[in-house]
Amino acid sequence: MTRFVERHPAWALVVMIVIAVALWLIFAVWPQGLEDAVGRKRVFLNALFNGITLGGLYFLVASGFTLIFGLMRNVNLAHGSLYLFGGYVGYAISASTGSWVLSFIIAFILTALVGVLLQVLVFRRMEGQDLRQTMVTIGLSIVFADLMLWACGGDFYQIQTPNWLIGPVELPLVTAIKSSGEPVYLRYPLVRLVIFAASVVIGVAMWLALNRTRIGMIIRAGVDDRDILAATGVRIQLVFVVVFALGAGLAGIAGVVGGTFQSLSPGEDIRFLLASLVVVIVGGMGSIPGAALGALIIGLAEQLGSVYIPTYAIVVTFLIMVLVLAIRPQGLLARR
Amino acid sequence: MLKSSLGLITLSSLLLSGTVFAQEKIKVGVTATLEGTYTVLGEDGIRGFQTALNVLGKKVGDKELEFVIASTDATPDSAVRAVRKLIEQDKVQILLSPLSGDEGIAVKNFAKTHPELTFINAASGAQETTYVDPAPNFFRYNMDGAQWQVGLGKYAYEEKKYRKIATVGEDYSFIYTQVFGLVLEFCGAGGQVTNRQWVPLGTKDFASVIAALPDDVDAIYLGLGGADAVNFLNQYQQAGGKAHLMGGSIMIDQTILSSKGNAKNALVGTLAASGQADTWENPSWQRFVKDYQDAFPPNKRFPSPSLLATNYYGSTMALILALRQVNGDLSNNQTKYKEALAKIELDAPNGKIKLDSNRQAIGTNFVTEVVDDGKGALFSKVVNVIPNVNQTLGYDPAVFAKIGLPSRTVPECKKY
Repeated sequence: MTRFVERHPAWALVVMIVIAVALWLIFAVWPQGLEDAVGRKRVFLNALFNGITLGGLYFLVASGFTLIFGLMRNVNLAHGSLYLFGGYVGYAISASTGSWVLSFIIAFILTALVGVLLQVLVFRRMEGQDLRQTMVTIGLSIVFADLMLWACGGDFYQIQTPNWLIGPVELPLVTAIKSSGEPVYLRYPLVRLVIFAASVVIGVAMWLALNRTRIGMIIRAGVDDRDILAATGVRIQLVFVVVFALGAGLAGIAGVVGGTFQSLSPGEDIRFLLASLVVVIVGGMGSIPGAALGALIIGLAEQLGSVYIPTYAIVVTFLIMVLVLAIRPQGLLARR
Repeated sequence: MLKSSLGLITLSSLLLSGTVFAQEKIKVGVTATLEGTYTVLGEDGIRGFQTALNVLGKKVGDKELEFVIASTDATPDSAVRAVRKLIEQDKVQILLSPLSGDEGIAVKNFAKTHPELTFINAASGAQETTYVDPAPNFFRYNMDGAQWQVGLGKYAYEEKKYRKIATVGEDYSFIYTQVFGLVLEFCGAGGQVTNRQWVPLGTKDFASVIAALPDDVDAIYLGLGGADAVNFLNQYQQAGGKAHLMGGSIMIDQTILSSKGNAKNALVGTLAASGQADTWENPSWQRFVKDYQDAFPPNKRFPSPSLLATNYYGSTMALILALRQVNGDLSNNQTKYKEALAKIELDAPNGKIKLDSNRQAIGTNFVTEVVDDGKGALFSKVVNVIPNVNQTLGYDPAVFAKIGLPSRTVPECKKY
C-alpha cells in the first residue's frame, strides 16, 4: 500500500478521491440538485448493493473455474453445466425435504462427485493437452445440457427461499429525509445480504486455506511448477482430484444460490459459463483475488448499467473485458 | 445378367414408388421457441399444435400432412435460419411460423422472397408484422399485442379507479405493441402513464429495476414473459413489493401462473387482458380445454392451455381447414389455397376469427383477473369480453396511422 503511494502519488490521489466520493454518495443525504440530475438515491444504493451481491454469485461460480484453471491449466467449459446441475439437485432436495441449508450440502457433494468423475475418467487421460481438454469440455457441456433438458424439461425452477429470509430489512443508510424531518432508511432484500455474506465467508476461507494451510501450500506450489512438485513426492493426481472436486462443488453451491434469487432453466449453464469467463479474464486467470475483483466489477457494471444506461447495459460488461484485454491482457490481478 | 437386370427393375420400382409416395404428402414446417427465455412458451405452443392435429386429423383428401418442427430462441435471426432450413433442406410447402414478435417481423420480410409458398403465423403478435408493408403470402389468425390489450385500460380506469400507472416491459416489438394498446386506451380514458421502463429480453437480475419502480403510482403494468416474468416475480417478492399489478398477455398466462415456487402468488388479483381467459364458460373453449387436457398427462402440460397453445391451435386449424376446402390443391403457386386462407372464418376456441385486407385477424378479446382456485392453482377469470377487435383498435385508420408505430416512447400519453 505505502509502496503504491510512493511510486504513483498521482494515481493514489485519484483513487483516494474516488473512494471519498463513493463514500459520500453512500452515506450523505443527496442534495436536491443531484437527485434531479441522476435520479433518487434509493435507486442508486439499490443498484450498488445489487451489483455487489450479484458479484458475490459470480464469484462463487468463477472461483471454482479459476482454481481449476490455475492448477491444472484446464479451461473447463463444462463449468456452467456443473452450475446448472447443482441448481437442479438443490431444487430437488429443497422441494422434497423443505430444507434450504441441506440443499447446499447435497448439491456441493453431488457436483463435487461429478467433478471427481470428470477428472478421473476424462481429464487424467489427456493431461497436458490443453486444446484437447477444452474441446472435450465443450462436447461434455452440450451432452450435459441435453441430458438435463431431458430429465428436467424446459420449465423454470425456483428454489424456495426459507420463510425467515423472505422480505426486506431496513439498513442504517438514509436514502431521503421526509418533509416531516423523519429519515427514510434503505430497505433491502435480506436473502441477497445473506448470500453475499456467505460468498465473502467462502472467499475468505478459500484464501486462508490456500495461504495458511499445508494443502494450500501444495496447491500453490502446483500452480507454480507441477513437475517439480510431483518430483518432491507429492501425490499430484490426488491434489488434482481434490481441487477439481472443490471447484465443481463451488459451482454446485452457486447453482443453488442462483436458483434461489434468480431461476433455473436450460441456457443458464451457458450464461454463467460466459459470466465466469468474463470475470476471470478481467480478474486474471488462476487468481482467487482476481476472481473476486472481476466478479465485483462485472456485477456492478451490469446493475448500474441496467439502471443508468439500460439500452447499452449488455455492452458494458464486454467493453470492460475489451479494455482490460487491451491495457492489461493478463488480467487485473494476475501474477506474471 | 438376369440377376443384375432384376436388381435394376426392383431398384427402379422402388424409386418410382418413392416418388409416387412423395406426391401424396404435403410438407409443413413448424417453428417454436424451444430454446432460451421463451422455452416454456414454445413447448406449450407445440402442445396446442398437437391438440389440433388430434382433433382435426392429418388427412387432406387422399393426401397426408407431414410436419417438420424446428427450434428458435425468440431472436429474429434464429427464426429466419429455422425457416430457411425448413424450406431449403426439408422442402416444406407451407410454414406455420413463428412464435415471438421480432421473429414475426423477420419471417414476414423473408416470406416476400418466397412468394410461391404460404406462411401462416403461429403466435407472434407485433403490430408491424401485418400493419407495415404486409407480405401477400403471410396470414395471421391471432390478434396483435395491442388488440390483446383492448379493454384493459378502460377497466383499470373506470372500475379499479387507477389514475397513474408505470410500466415495465421487455425491450422488443411485441411488448412495445402491448404497451401501445394499453397506453392508448388508458390515457384516452384520462389516466396517466408516468414511467416506462424497458429491460433486455433474458434479464435475470431485476433487483435494480424493482428498486427504480416509482412509489407514487396506483398500479404497475408488467409486460414480461417466460423466465423473465418468473425472475421478476421472485425478486419482487424478496424485495417486499406491495403495489397493485397489471399484466400483459404472456405475463398473466398459464406459462407463468403454473410455474414452480410461490412467487407467482404476488399475481393474485392482477388485472390483465389477452386473447383468451382460462375460465371462460363458452362451450367451444371448454371443449378445447378438455381436448388439451386429454392429449397430455397432467405433469406434461399446464392445468389449462396457455395463450401460445391457443394460438398454435387456431393457426393449425386455419391451415388444415383451408387446405381441405381446396382439397389439398397447391398447384399454380398455391393461389387457390391462399384465396381460401384469406376468406376463411374460424370458429376458434377463443371466439370467431376472420381476416382483414392485410390478412390480420379480427377477433375477440378478454379482460381478466387472476384468481386462486382454492387448491393453489391460479387461473385468469373473465371480467369482460370484447368482440370484433380490429387492428386499428376501433380508431379511424387515418387517425390510427398518425399515432405512429409502437416503440419505447410511442404512443404519447394523450387522447388521439
